[in-house]
Amino acid sequence: MENIYLTIVLAPLIGAIIAGLWRNQVGKAGAHWVTIIGVGIACVLSIYVLLGFTHGDSEPQNLSLYTWMVSDGLRFEVGFLVDQLTAMMMAVVTFVSLMVHIYTVGYMAHEEGYQRFFSYIALFTFSMLMLVMSNNFMQLFFGWEAVGLVSYLLIGFYFKKETAIFANLKAFLVNRVGDFGFILGIAAIAMYTNSLDYAEVFEKSAGLANEQITIFPGTSWSLMTVICVLLFIGAMGKSAQMPLHVWLPDSMEGPTPISALIHAATMVTAGIFMVARMSPLYELSETALSFVLIIGATTAFFTGLIGIVQNDIKRVVAYSTLSQLGYMIAALGASAYAAGVFHLMTHAFFKALLFLAAGSVIIGMHHDQDIRNMGGIRKYMPITWITSLLGSLALIGTPFFSGFFSKDAIIESVHLADRFGTNYAYYLLVAGVFVTALYSFRMFFLVFHGKGPRDEHAKAHLHESPWVVTVPLIMLAIPSVIIGWFTIEPMLFGEFFKDAIYVSSANDVLAHMGADYHGALGFVTHGVLQVPFWLALGGFLTAWYIYTMKPSIALDIKVRFDWAHSILDRKYGFDELFQFVFAGGSRMLGKVLWKGGDQFLIDGVAVNGSAHGIGWLASMARYLQTGFINHYAIAMILGLIGLVGWFVILQ
Amino acid sequence: MIALSDYLIVSAILFSLSVAGIFINRKNLILLLMCIELMLLAVNINFVAFSYFLDDMAGQVFVFFILTVAAAEAAIGLAILVVLFRNRQTINVQDLDTLKG
Repeated sequence: MENIYLTIVLAPLIGAIIAGLWRNQVGKAGAHWVTIIGVGIACVLSIYVLLGFTHGDSEPQNLSLYTWMVSDGLRFEVGFLVDQLTAMMMAVVTFVSLMVHIYTVGYMAHEEGYQRFFSYIALFTFSMLMLVMSNNFMQLFFGWEAVGLVSYLLIGFYFKKETAIFANLKAFLVNRVGDFGFILGIAAIAMYTNSLDYAEVFEKSAGLANEQITIFPGTSWSLMTVICVLLFIGAMGKSAQMPLHVWLPDSMEGPTPISALIHAATMVTAGIFMVARMSPLYELSETALSFVLIIGATTAFFTGLIGIVQNDIKRVVAYSTLSQLGYMIAALGASAYAAGVFHLMTHAFFKALLFLAAGSVIIGMHHDQDIRNMGGIRKYMPITWITSLLGSLALIGTPFFSGFFSKDAIIESVHLADRFGTNYAYYLLVAGVFVTALYSFRMFFLVFHGKGPRDEHAKAHLHESPWVVTVPLIMLAIPSVIIGWFTIEPMLFGEFFKDAIYVSSANDVLAHMGADYHGALGFVTHGVLQVPFWLALGGFLTAWYIYTMKPSIALDIKVRFDWAHSILDRKYGFDELFQFVFAGGSRMLGKVLWKGGDQFLIDGVAVNGSAHGIGWLASMARYLQTGFINHYAIAMILGLIGLVGWFVILQ
Repeated sequence: MIALSDYLIVSAILFSLSVAGIFINRKNLILLLMCIELMLLAVNINFVAFSYFLDDMAGQVFVFFILTVAAAEAAIGLAILVVLFRNRQTINVQDLDTLKG
């Protein structure tokens, strides 16, 4: 098994190295073949590993491959922990990655830096696999930072574009804020358990459940709450939760395939995966789970609202991603880790699909991304249209589509959970369903229906994308539609995650739900009678009515509720706040240190000041040196008198 | 009878005059040399006075040595003075300030 795991990880890395370092030797075709083969091998083997768990009799494996160093009993290792959770993540990551690789062949065909792009996305696959397969916090952190690095490189892929440079810097800086919390959490774990290995930490954590620590004098906090909140701050950065969500919409400056792979399907879900992996720790802190729940629900609803007013096709999908990540986080906060991970999986498929479909439309529109300029594209791009429709239906939670199962499970588990903030979260999540349906189908109808593109020139050139683009769309549409139906039972109510995710029996809302579960069909019939389904239908019908029947309503609302529109259009002012307070504050601090500290104190006082001081002292001393012999003679005589006088007085 | 203190007072006055001469003189380098000689003479008077009153001839032997050294010193000093005058065309103390940095 060890060799299989190593091959899974290293195949994409080798592809990335070859495509990156020998890009001129391998050429365009070589670069995409070598990375596609690398990721393809990883994908096939990952699915083999997953099948071993679902149909075979594989046992979770915890392998330590290489010890980097041992410092005071703390082991820094490279190792793999492959259980059901990891296997599922591996399969999802490599599958979506493979689809994106194939799609990129079409999308990037005429772009500069073709080989560089393939090298980066294969490197991303390697980093993400290292992250999910890790068996210790050190390697987790390595993967965590490596995916952040690749994300940075890819957002700034068009490095001559001003906005792209701004966006990638922003993504990097905001992630640093999160990672600061994350590494503090890891440090706290290493300090109190003296171990970085998951299994050992989980074993020792139960004994630390009642530990209290003092950070600021006079305060006493539960150790587990501190650790879990710190780790979650890392997840907030990576998974773009409020208020650290600001980088994700801007990351749409990167090429569309990476928006699908990194900023929708895989990297941004690393936070959800991490929290699910740390479930034995989070179960020990009610406070941390409440925090997670409230942050998730807030993000889910409020970023969804922003999606309604966006006009850039990719940004609408980006806000939708934020909102869906909020749902997953909320599920984690309700102790329904499996539901969060389940939604992670279904979301990976349909959101990657939606992004790739958006990319396909963008290719057709010759890189015009404004949905107000689109319309009637259904006629020209039938495959993109149908796959987009399936993806949107899955996203809003249409019965029998994958999104329905996962989203309903989340809402139901938050409803059943009993801890601070569940009511707040429940109402936001339910209201979010309406918002999701509204923005999804607003975009869908504006892009694919109604009158044709405004620009006659664009209209004349519209045609379906090549097969390398449409095949991944179809391949992703299939799991988007069906995967929920097949996997809900084992993943949520079955034994599939029993070794990987720990839920204390008092918090086990999924087991509670499972008691009433009678097959997927029963779940659907039950769900259809619930509020979320009708809200989704309501959102769909509202979007349909407004954007195909009476577009004037949208303008009316915009004019009448101008204040609301302007709040949403400015994204609640988070960007301005951060720009002003943090970016402005740091610049101010930098200026004070530069002017006051560097220029005045160091240069002025210490360096030039001491030189000037010596110079002044020397110029004073020069007055003593008159050059007249008699002055020197006086000095000698006075000195002699002084010496003799001193000698006489001492006697 | 002339007491020891009278000799010592004379020699102190002589010494003070010569020190004042070194300080006050701004003009002539020869005056400077003469003042130094005068200082030595003041010291010699001290030696002789002490020698006489303490009945110790060692003091007068010292005086001989000092006179010899003073003569040699005056010769060297005047020789330097001549060379200096040849080089600078002046022996004015005010102008001899090349030691100044």
